[in-house]
Amino acid sequence: MSQLTFVLELTILVLAAFLGFEVVSKVPTMLHTPLMSGTNFIHGIVIVGAILILGFADDTFTKAVGFVAMMLATANVVGGWFVTDRMLEMFKRRPEPKKDNPD
Amino acid sequence: MISDPDVLSLLYLVAIVCFILALRFLSSPKHARRGNWLGGVGMLVAIATTLLLEGISNWVLIVVAAAIGSVVGVIGARRVKMTAMPQMVALFNGVGGGAAALIALAEFHELDGVLVWDEALSVALSALIGSISFAGSLVAFAKLQELVSGRPIVFPGQNVVNVLILGGAAALAIAIVAGLEEQWAIVALILLALVFGVMFVLPIGGADMPVVISLLNAFTGLAASATGFVLDSTVLIVAGMLVGASGTLLTLLMAKAMNRSIANVLFGAFGQVQAGAGQARADDGRTVRATGADDVAVQLSFARKVVVVPGYGMAVAQAQHDVRQLADLLEERGVDVKYAIHPVAGRMPGHMNVLLAEANVPYTQLFEMDEINPEFPQTDVALVIGANDVTNPAARSDPASPIYGMPILDVDKAASIIVMKRSMNPGFAGIDNELYLDGKTTMLFGDAKESVLKLISAVKSS
Repeated sequence: MSQLTFVLELTILVLAAFLGFEVVSKVPTMLHTPLMSGTNFIHGIVIVGAILILGFADDTFTKAVGFVAMMLATANVVGGWFVTDRMLEMFKRRPEPKKDNPD
Repeated sequence: MISDPDVLSLLYLVAIVCFILALRFLSSPKHARRGNWLGGVGMLVAIATTLLLEGISNWVLIVVAAAIGSVVGVIGARRVKMTAMPQMVALFNGVGGGAAALIALAEFHELDGVLVWDEALSVALSALIGSISFAGSLVAFAKLQELVSGRPIVFPGQNVVNVLILGGAAALAIAIVAGLEEQWAIVALILLALVFGVMFVLPIGGADMPVVISLLNAFTGLAASATGFVLDSTVLIVAGMLVGASGTLLTLLMAKAMNRSIANVLFGAFGQVQAGAGQARADDGRTVRATGADDVAVQLSFARKVVVVPGYGMAVAQAQHDVRQLADLLEERGVDVKYAIHPVAGRMPGHMNVLLAEANVPYTQLFEMDEINPEFPQTDVALVIGANDVTNPAARSDPASPIYGMPILDVDKAASIIVMKRSMNPGFAGIDNELYLDGKTTMLFGDAKESVLKLISAVKSS
């Protein structure tokens, strides 16, 4: 990795930090739990790293480590997404006139 | 097969845009769910792109690992109760952090430890933060699941020991950046970071969990971002940092809602029974008034305006559905019912909102602290269900109280207050609640769910 790419990557990182603060500060308190589980899902992006490691592994150690990483990352992605979806589905119900909401 | 690096980068850019939009859509419950779907699309694009890279092999291993992970993920996500959501979030934080640490370990091994300083720095940070997040999240999970005590676990010299462990891990990280190529170094770094993760969450008590979970969320994001530097992957850097920013923001918000610094939360071991400080002694002759469900039912039925204040006790008792049923009954009788949500009620940011949403309470009935506080003086009955410290007026009036300065819900300004509580045990902060001695307050003792069920039948028959 050359110095230039490192600095470029750092630039991207800092910009992403500012963007993240900006976007997340608009999320209402009501949705903070879905925000947590939604960001949980997003950090499941390490799955890309896990695929790169496992996909290019040629010795047993790397394969083993990559395998576990792949398992953890998939659980993170899949579980994080489903939980968030389940939660947001509950929030979606519109208030409307109250009493016609039997369950 | 994708071999053109530009095509690759463009596809990852699509994923990045999807993630950003997913967070943007969360600004309103109306389109939040669509946002999550969009995030899902982004993730699929990122995964497919990576799988199509030229030279990827070990397909059997990839598919088997992905299958196991998916099954565990789906089952976990479908089975978890909404009251157990904090544990679930902690667990997902943990697995993400663990994956990041393992990726760093594998990369160090692949390169035989021969790394340029900036690569070495990324590997070290990814291993360090990922491991802390993994171990810390598992301890947080164990505490929330009550596998270990939710109370702070402390011993003398704890902070010194923690500093030494973290110092050791940091020293190893610096050695690796400086060019240490031995594999034991990264393994030792990971082990020390794991120990530190355990040690740093152990002394933190249950009521401080909203801060800790947010912080661990930020850690995992940052670990993923560091992994992005290791693998030169923009999508990892950006997505990881978005999570890092979100977790940091939530951490700050939660600490602010408790009027405490993050350092105080992490190292203060709050919630031990603090001798002397702020103990509102009951020896001034005031006593607690207990009452029965029938009396409360009458009071509620004839009120014009009732504000429900839910807390962790409601979550523990799984009483959210019954609370909503009670509120519906009261509304049928023309009572105006609102819910007051304190930012740190429960065990994670927004915990109460999710529970009440699960019980079909329309979100227009849920009010944040700043919105609802001016309404308490016009409220006939404030119904406190399993909330304690967030209603303690000592936070406003008693400078000696450990929670002095914490913003609270002004329930004491309502015309009358009914507190549903299991017993007179003090709340998490280990301090007495002056609210209970207030002449306007009556206590309804018992499990929140049972009490609410009794109230429902009493209201029906009154």
